[in-house]
Parts: sequence; structure tokens; C-alpha cells
Amino acid sequence: MTTDTLNRAERSRSLFRFAAPQVFYPIAGRLAPWFAGIAAVLTVVGLYIGFFVAPTDFQQGEVYRVIFIHVPAAWMSMLIYLVMAFWAAVGLVMNTRLSFMMSQALAPTGAMFCFVALWTGALWGKPTWGTYWVWDARLTSQLLLLFLYLGFIALTRAIEDSRRADRAGAIIALVGAINVPIIYFSVQWWNTLHQGASVSLTKAPSMATTMLSGMLIMALAAWAYTFAVAFWRVRSLILERERHTDWVGAELEAEAKRQ
Amino acid sequence: MKPRSKRLILLGSAVALLVGAVALVLTAFQQNLVFFHTPTEVAAGKAPVERVFRIGGLVEEGSIARNDDGYTVRFAITDTAQVIPVTYRGSLPSMFQEGKGAVVQGKLTSDGLFVATEVLAKHDENYMPVEAQYALDKAHQANQTVQY
Amino acid sequence: MMEWESWSAFWDMGGNAWFVWGSYSITAMLIVLELVLVLRRRKETVLRLLRLRRAAPYATGGQRMNEEMF
Repeated sequence: MTTDTLNRAERSRSLFRFAAPQVFYPIAGRLAPWFAGIAAVLTVVGLYIGFFVAPTDFQQGEVYRVIFIHVPAAWMSMLIYLVMAFWAAVGLVMNTRLSFMMSQALAPTGAMFCFVALWTGALWGKPTWGTYWVWDARLTSQLLLLFLYLGFIALTRAIEDSRRADRAGAIIALVGAINVPIIYFSVQWWNTLHQGASVSLTKAPSMATTMLSGMLIMALAAWAYTFAVAFWRVRSLILERERHTDWVGAELEAEAKRQ
Repeated sequence: MKPRSKRLILLGSAVALLVGAVALVLTAFQQNLVFFHTPTEVAAGKAPVERVFRIGGLVEEGSIARNDDGYTVRFAITDTAQVIPVTYRGSLPSMFQEGKGAVVQGKLTSDGLFVATEVLAKHDENYMPVEAQYALDKAHQANQTVQY
Repeated sequence: MMEWESWSAFWDMGGNAWFVWGSYSITAMLIVLELVLVLRRRKETVLRLLRLRRAAPYATGGQRMNEEMF
């Protein structure tokens, strides 16, 4: 019995080790440039497919090419909020400081993607639907997501005491997460001007293969970009929060020498 | 600016944003959860009377006609069960076509004619090359000839 | 260029230049802006913390914080 349980205990402790800001800080620093590179390569490939390989759409013509940023941005804005809520929950339950920092490092990127989804959606809506904006359930709930992001960012920055800021932010993240399935299923639950999903887990995608592959590659690029930016941002947060520790002192001195 | 007043402004804007968000949900969702009614609902008298609302459905094949002024358009919106005649003065979105989806906003008159003030095109979630659609149409026609 | 007859046809996007390029340009600008802000914030944080640290090198209390790692 003993070796097996010991191994398991050791392994779980080693996993937990990554929750220590001191351990995670250099890992994030090493990974971020790789993710940024992957994002850049995928973006070039995705845009090439999107503009030069994917054909003209039968009903929308060329304007449908907005899809290569609109859909990845919209997916990312929903996913990032769920991940934020997940880290907020982990932070509340396990009392791990790094979880809260991760959730705060993701928020601005999520807000950026949310705005991009709304902006490109408006520019896409005008030539196809005939309007930049309507208050249907899909568009309204996506706008609400942007307000939730901005509210989260403003609240966590407004509260000086970082422990209280973490908790207040976690509550917005968790409560607001209810909105994500509402956005996703709004086109099924209610009559909306926005059409249903072209790609979902439950049915075959209703898109030509080259169009679909361009869109999925751009979605992967958005994932890689999010990892890179969130890792860079969390490093600043860690330094800020852990500034009284010896290891941050050593890190800062090393950084000073490098410059 | 003092850090305290900066904090106060941030906190204030956070609260304002959240209140705004909740207000948005309550008002917009209240009115617009039903963004449009179907022709069947309208025919069953479930649509609001003497108030602006929207009807969504397909533009009936062969129903688009222009009045002599060249400006007023008449067409019919259908969900294949019920048909609602619509009249509209103004420019139409480029994707507005017979057999395709549309959402019209306006009022229903007592004789059952819908006077639209806004017409939006509603497209589906299918994306494919022009040639593929052409092939599909051909196959569809061939299929129909076989059936006859 | 298999999809386009000419570069001008490409930039015109079938008459939808404003909608397509308006989407892509704003997105690109926001991504560049975010990258600049994130990298600048890091530099600014390092410099500020270094200054703080050099101003009061002994007021760190590092040992206590290191113990409560999580």
C-alpha cells in the first residue's frame, strides 16, 4: 500500500506546487513567447486560408469573411469568462492566491475579444441583415458580457486590499458565468435575428470545409494568443503581489542586471 | 488625483456598470425575449394589437411586387402554415429575397395587412461556395422531375 | 491569387470594403494595443518595484510571506 499512496501523495503535491506563484512565474515567462509565436503562425495560415483559399459564399458574397475573426472572438469571449469563473471558484475554495491572479490576468483579454465580437458583428450585420444593431437575445446578452468584464476589471482594481478585491471579483465572475450559457443557447431558446450555430458538438458543421478550417485555425490562434497575453500579464501581477518576498527581490535584481 | 478619489471613481463606475447591466437585462429582455412573432402566432391573435411589433418568417415565393410609385413594396411573410401580407416603403437590405428569411417591424391594421416601417433580412447558418449551391439546386430540380 | 481577379478586387471585397476591413483593422489595432500595454506594464512594474526596494531594502518581511506560499 505504502509506495503507491506515497507516490500519489507526492504527485498531487507536485501538481499543487504549480499553484505557488514563485514556481509558476518562470514557467509562464518561458511559455508565453512560444504561445505568441504559435498564435502569429496560426494567424498567418488562418488568414491566408480565409482570404485566398476559402471561396465566395453563395448567399453573402465576400462579406462573410468577417467570420474568421467574429466567431473565434465570440467563442473566446465566452470561454475566457468561464475560465475566469473556474479560477475564481478554485481560489475561493482552495484559497490559492495564484488562481485569483490568473482570473484577473484573463479579464482584459476577454473584454477585448468580447468587444471585437460585438464590433465585427455590427459591421457584418449592416450589409447582411440591414442593421448594425438589434436588441435580440443574442446581441443583448453578448453586450451584457462586455459589461460584466468591465465591471469585474473596475471592481478588482478599485479595491485596494487585494484579498477583498479577489473575493469581490470572484463573486462577479461566478454570478456572471450564468450569462455564458444564455448567450450560447439564446439562438435556440428564443426567436432572434442572429442565426443558429454553424458549428456545434451535436451536429455536422453547415460550412464548406475550407471556410470551416480557416475559422478553426483562427480560433486556435485566439487560444494561443490568450495564453501568451495572460501569462505575460500574470507575471506582472505576481511581481506586484509578491513584492515583499525574497524571491521577487532576487528576480528584480536579476532583471535590473539584464537591462 | 488622490488614490482615494480614484478608487471611489472606479468603484462608482463598477457599481454603475453592474446596475446598468441588470437594468439592461430586465428591460431589454422583458420586451425582446420575443424578438419576433411567427405568422401562425399573429394569425392566432397572440401578437400585440395597435402596437409596434415584429414578424419573422420566409418571404413567400413570387409574392414581391412593387407599386407604381416604385417605392412601395408588397410581399408576404410565411412560416409555411400562415401567410401575412406586408407593405413597406423604403429601401430593402440586399439579402432580402423571395424564399429567404426576413424580420419585419411595424403595425397590423384591422384588415390583417402588416404595415412595416423596417425590414431586416435573416439569413441561415449555412456557408458554402456558389458552385455548391448551384449543384444543390440542380440536384433538387432533377429530384423533382423524377418525382413527377 | 486563386480567389481574386486582381488586388483591387481583393481590397474591394465585393463592395463590402468598409465592413470587412473595418472589422479586421480595428481587431488588429486592439491586439497590438493590448500587447503594447501588457509589455509596457511589465517593464513599468519591474522599474517601480526596483525603485521601492532600493528606497527601503530592509522593509521586505520576505520570510513571513514565503512561508504562506499559497
